[in-house]
Amino acid sequence: MPEYQDVIIAGFGGQGVMIIGNLLAQAGLEQGFEVSFIPVYGAEMRGGTANCTVVLDTRPIGSPIVREPLSTIVLNEPSLTKFQPCLDKKGVQIVNASLIDKSLVSREVNSVYIPANDIAHRLGNVRLASMVALGAWLQATDALPLKAVQEALNRVVSAHYAKLIPVNSSALEAGWNFA
Amino acid sequence: MSETDRVLIKGNEAVAFGAVDAGCRCYFGYPITPQNEVPELLSSLIPENGGAFVQAESEVGAINMLLGAGACGVAAMTSSSSCGISLMQEGISYMAGSHIPGVIINMSRGGPGLGDIGPSQGDYFQAVKGGGHGDHRNLVLAPSLAQECYDFMFRAFALAFAWQNPVMILGDAIVAQIKEPVRRVPPAGAHKPKDMSDLARDWRIEGFGGRGQNAVPRLLKSVYLAEGALAERNRLLLQKYTDMRREALFDSEYTDDAELVVVAFGSIARIARSAVRRLRDEGRKVGLFRPVSLYPFPEEALRLCATGRRFLVIEQNTGQMVEDVRLALNGVSSVLWHGVMPGLFIGAGELIDPILQAVKEKS
Repeated sequence: MPEYQDVIIAGFGGQGVMIIGNLLAQAGLEQGFEVSFIPVYGAEMRGGTANCTVVLDTRPIGSPIVREPLSTIVLNEPSLTKFQPCLDKKGVQIVNASLIDKSLVSREVNSVYIPANDIAHRLGNVRLASMVALGAWLQATDALPLKAVQEALNRVVSAHYAKLIPVNSSALEAGWNFA
Repeated sequence: MSETDRVLIKGNEAVAFGAVDAGCRCYFGYPITPQNEVPELLSSLIPENGGAFVQAESEVGAINMLLGAGACGVAAMTSSSSCGISLMQEGISYMAGSHIPGVIINMSRGGPGLGDIGPSQGDYFQAVKGGGHGDHRNLVLAPSLAQECYDFMFRAFALAFAWQNPVMILGDAIVAQIKEPVRRVPPAGAHKPKDMSDLARDWRIEGFGGRGQNAVPRLLKSVYLAEGALAERNRLLLQKYTDMRREALFDSEYTDDAELVVVAFGSIARIARSAVRRLRDEGRKVGLFRPVSLYPFPEEALRLCATGRRFLVIEQNTGQMVEDVRLALNGVSSVLWHGVMPGLFIGAGELIDPILQAVKEKS
């Protein structure tokens, strides 16, 4: 596992950007990392764009804001357009192939092109797409063990939605296996 | 260290937990982004702890409720953001003039005017120079981590009651909205909530409060019309503000052998810290000085590390704290300035060039 990792997660409001950011930060905390999660909303409306930044570090975190991320998870086209040019040269991006045309993905950039919505649909709920993408990110970055993130679902998902934990866990695994 | 005692919460939520753990009994406020998690969480925490939570009709209402609670010796607070804090200035001045304690949270937004909800340090002058009319000062603390949002609430209430004065926590959208691991444990040396009511025993408004029918009635006021009375009042306030200097707090890193010291506060200080560490790794002799209390300004500590060093003030406004740094150093060292415009989210990378530029610049 790397001593330092950061990621910008971006998509439409409602795609699950904030929930996977929270999940990742919580799992990092439980693995003993210093973590920070910072949300950036556009206009606060459903369908607006949203992104968040998560930093995992073995040392106390200075800047929680990252402008040249080591990794990104981009769930829609505007997010790819915005963040692909900023990605660190050694970085990796997880690209949602279900919503992003392959011609937009730069050949210079290390990318995992994953049909997250389609995989989520096969699992029974398209809203699991962000979990699928996070699973792929975990495989690609080796930042945290898959099990640790699955386990952290129990702290991040509210009691009201607890019955959805197993299917979210499967979605993480499906993304992990794809990448 | 067990991970179960670290909880992942926003700076705003840490403020709310810190407030109740430090003994806050009343909250008055009016909603505004980016501080809404403070009242959201306190609306359940305060009643659960036997206190009163009031969503006021406006910020003007809220600050006057805070004045009333403080006058009765009750540990109380309000929270808002920039334009809402402007609306409170009359009340804050009355509190200062009347020796009334209270804690005011400003999770500021970009300005002037309605601005935006992004990061900004544009309220520095308003916070540290009083902000309201007349000669008054607020004690001001500037957190840069979610953990400090929790810890500083203890200090804020202790200072408010020790000095019978408004205390302001000046944060921004970054420290308000960031989620970080926070330990919900009172910081070492924190006061007990009971200490505050003990401190208020001699002055709080409580009727005769069991002091007997012949007790002298108490009055807390800021109006002094008799000849010489206002001058006397201001002399007293001046003495208080002079004595407050001993509450100055700061934090520093790599200043011992630094040729250039970056001075920054709040969220920008942590971003600057990343830039300074990166440059240290490259062998550059740069350091960081972070005022933790903005009023009183840690001028003595800054002067002590001044000899032979140059300074670069980095702040997210058009040039405010740089004036206090120049006043503190009084020509002893040269002071450069780099402004980040309010509303921007910057990373450490954007501070590397300005710092290198300042390293090269001859004084």
